[in-house]
Amino acid sequence: MKVIKIDKKEWAKGLERLSKTYQLFGPAKHEAFFVFKALEDGELPDLDVQNTRLSPRSVIYPQSEKMFEYTLDEDQEDHHILKEIDKEYSSRAIIGIRPCDAKAFLLVKRNFDAPEYKDPYWIKSYEATTLVGHGCNAPCSCCFCTTAGCGPFHEEGLDILLVDVDDTYLAKIITEKGDRLLAAAGWDTKTDTATNDPIENMKEAAEAKITSMVSTDQLKDKSTTDLFEASFWEDVSFACINCGTCTYVCPTCWCFDIQDETHGLSGIRMRNWDSCMYPLFTFHGSGHNPRDTKTQRVRQRFMHKLKYYVDKYDNGIQCVGCGRCVRFCPVNIDIRRVCDLMNSFEL
Amino acid sequence: MLSYIDKIKEISRRLLKESKVDMVIGFRKGTVVMMNEPCFVKTVADVDKLVWDSNCGINLANYLANRTEKIGIVAKGCDSRNIVTHIIENKIKRDQVVIIGVPCKGMIDRHNIEAMAEAEIQEVIETDDTIQVKGAGFEKTLDKKEVLQENCAICVHRNPVIYDELVADEVKEQTDVDRYEDVRHIEALSPEEKWDFFEDLLSTCIRCYGCRNACPLCYCPTCFVDESRPQWVGKSQDSTDIRTFHFLRAYHCAGRCTDCGACERACPMGIKVRLFTKKLEKDCLELFDWEAGLTLEKRPPLDTYRPDDPDEFIR
Repeated sequence: MKVIKIDKKEWAKGLERLSKTYQLFGPAKHEAFFVFKALEDGELPDLDVQNTRLSPRSVIYPQSEKMFEYTLDEDQEDHHILKEIDKEYSSRAIIGIRPCDAKAFLLVKRNFDAPEYKDPYWIKSYEATTLVGHGCNAPCSCCFCTTAGCGPFHEEGLDILLVDVDDTYLAKIITEKGDRLLAAAGWDTKTDTATNDPIENMKEAAEAKITSMVSTDQLKDKSTTDLFEASFWEDVSFACINCGTCTYVCPTCWCFDIQDETHGLSGIRMRNWDSCMYPLFTFHGSGHNPRDTKTQRVRQRFMHKLKYYVDKYDNGIQCVGCGRCVRFCPVNIDIRRVCDLMNSFEL
Repeated sequence: MLSYIDKIKEISRRLLKESKVDMVIGFRKGTVVMMNEPCFVKTVADVDKLVWDSNCGINLANYLANRTEKIGIVAKGCDSRNIVTHIIENKIKRDQVVIIGVPCKGMIDRHNIEAMAEAEIQEVIETDDTIQVKGAGFEKTLDKKEVLQENCAICVHRNPVIYDELVADEVKEQTDVDRYEDVRHIEALSPEEKWDFFEDLLSTCIRCYGCRNACPLCYCPTCFVDESRPQWVGKSQDSTDIRTFHFLRAYHCAGRCTDCGACERACPMGIKVRLFTKKLEKDCLELFDWEAGLTLEKRPPLDTYRPDDPDEFIR
């Protein structure tokens, strides 16, 4: 794997060249916190961010996405027929994504790009996107990535890993997509004198800073029904107010709801993020709701992430340990605590 | 205020031991700095997990609606006013609750404190008047009065208005506060400026409904935004739908809101949602001389009729 050195003095120029062929997204300060946004001409991604408030999932999977349009005007030949809305899937790049958020796309991919079902919008969007990661030298105290199948310098899911070393960025090229992006940026890639050593050292130092851990080793062997019936759910869910914060700040939550919105005789079919915390999530047309109580909904969220997903894909938990749900839950429900309760549960 | 906890535990133990209540609702220590988690305690042995400090800003009255047990509940001034509102609105019966009143000196604003720190805060040590915060390479001591939640800084009902036990002597109520400076500022804007102001205020809303769900007033079996047969409000990030949600929710709280700050505290995006409810609170005070949740004896202005109503159309 090739590692190149990018002089920080050349950074802006390269991004400018890149912006001719890629739409660039990156972290930017919005009042009191950071968000991912489409960068304006000449705007640089703010790489001083510890982590963004929301994950960059909306760059690939928008919170509201139009899919079809239709007319109900019977004078029109194509009335009552759904017509696909033209969408833009030209190259884009997220500059400065954290390794946890990049890995999250791979978890979500298992759902949207499965052998039996392909989600065309997500797949096209994902394939058009190059992920330029930024190694995490100062993880937050809530980060538990190293025990959630990820890490501050984790490379899975990234096309390039950037590491900040004094007045240069070391860029480790992980995929061909990453190679193509570097060529378009035109940084001097010939000075291939850098080695992997500083990256390995910084990786070790960053991993050592992560003090927050979860245990997941027993989850697969636990009985689903025993966990489902466990007595701790009442205690775990008591404080929950059933808002959607945990699911909307999460980079690995993928659920959506499809809605038709008609204005006069024309309308659109769209999909919006949905949340298993909401009562409407499982509300049947009959009026029956199989997940009618708060405790059932809280249990579903944790069982999905920490048990059903584990059993279905045999590839770890549906969580990368970014810690956002821990930090922003208004009532301090902590997935680390729940994960440990589930992992150590005995009848 | 830190010393309250001994008395809270003593009362809770007694209530549980004498079977006066089935559970006590209070707070347990949070897993992150400046956060505690609402919890219930059902046995004397579990009472020791209860805590009290300046991170108990969540309004516990939110956990009472429609419960059938006998409940002991730890209540600050604002929580007690929402308990009054719950009793008036038949969400809980007075004899079903034993109110453990807490004279409150205000809760701290963790988002604000986090924004003031140079880096991530890893440790917080509280005394009666100060908040000491520590992180990698920094340490500072803040005057607690300077870092209160905005609603606490202008609170004029710190003492519980209704209680069965009081954990300490009442605190002095604040009298020299200007409760509506921000509302007057918005009132003075032109309609166009107001439109832009609210557009900007709500621009980061992700529709998580944290504000609504943290609010003790929002107990409708089906909220109007969740109504699906027929559907009233769109589900997308369309700004009209987002505004509709916030404006209508605020109106549903008119004459009922105690400015407990739960909505703003819950918002993961830091939106100042209280600006909506405060305007209505100010109107209720000016038009009807009404502050919500102070008495069990009177009906709130919007669910009753008075011959001296200030508006002519209703007379």
